[in-house]
Amino acid sequence: MELLITIGGKEIIIHSSIVNTVLVVILLSLFALYVNSKFKSADTSKKPVGLQNIVEILVGAVNNLVMTTMGENNFKFAPFIFTIICFIGVANLLGLTGLTPPTSDYSVTFSLALITFFITQIMLFKTRRGLGGYLKSFTEPFVLLTPLNVIGELANPISLSFRLFGNIMSGGIIMTLLYSALGYFAPIVTPVLHGYFDVFSGLLQTFIFGMLSMIFISGATEE
Amino acid sequence: MEGITSEAFILGCSAIGAGLAMIAGIGPGIGQGNAAARACEAVGRQPEAQGDITRTMLLGQAVAETTGIYGLVIAIILLFVRPLMTYYVGLGL
Repeated sequence: MELLITIGGKEIIIHSSIVNTVLVVILLSLFALYVNSKFKSADTSKKPVGLQNIVEILVGAVNNLVMTTMGENNFKFAPFIFTIICFIGVANLLGLTGLTPPTSDYSVTFSLALITFFITQIMLFKTRRGLGGYLKSFTEPFVLLTPLNVIGELANPISLSFRLFGNIMSGGIIMTLLYSALGYFAPIVTPVLHGYFDVFSGLLQTFIFGMLSMIFISGATEE
Repeated sequence: MEGITSEAFILGCSAIGAGLAMIAGIGPGIGQGNAAARACEAVGRQPEAQGDITRTMLLGQAVAETTGIYGLVIAIILLFVRPLMTYYVGLGL
């Protein structure tokens, strides 16, 4: 949905992707507050039940994944990975409600990929001990390969963002074409395709985005 | 070519270009199929490592998909953003 704000005779259109992004953030924040209040009142001597159980399974799974993929030294990135997975997962599943998923806008996916890119570069900076070592690492194994190294480093966020964007966007386009082609008969065919494009493809791309972020970051922290 | 306006010609050529760009889908299709076939063999040989194999396969397939996604993005840009049209209008011909 788009918002139209009129300030002093000027019309400002707030694009639907921004509105939906804020919606996802609000939903996740409310959920986090609710879970927090539940956890505070939870009895630690008993086994977890209900919502607490589900959240613990999710957090445990992500912790486990980060531990096996990135190693113990990089375990501090687990909250970041879980945050990014939560955001992209909910954003992709938003297509089920009839709203446009925010991830079908390139600016959203590119900013998400830029977060990973800057973390990677900062970690490279740290592991190579300052600017000198950082710049020198691009000339390895020999000087002629410098342009290739730089392009290879810059291609990471672009391919990362295009992968998510392309998958979600193409699913949305196919669904729109089907809805406009079938008209009233659309509900016969589309539930299955919603299951594929929104649930399966969306969650798979979420997993892959998190996984690739982990691999890029852990690759940058290796000596 | 009488009866065809320049705008219509550019739009038609853009549509053809978008169709041609989607030929890029062949490569990832073959690659992902290969990866899935090998993963099936690996699971058959070592059923206890199914989780790890599936994860590695999905990751490899996602990376192999990149070239196909580039083709898709070019097709989408040609169809919906129409850079050639904007260029033509900008020329003021």
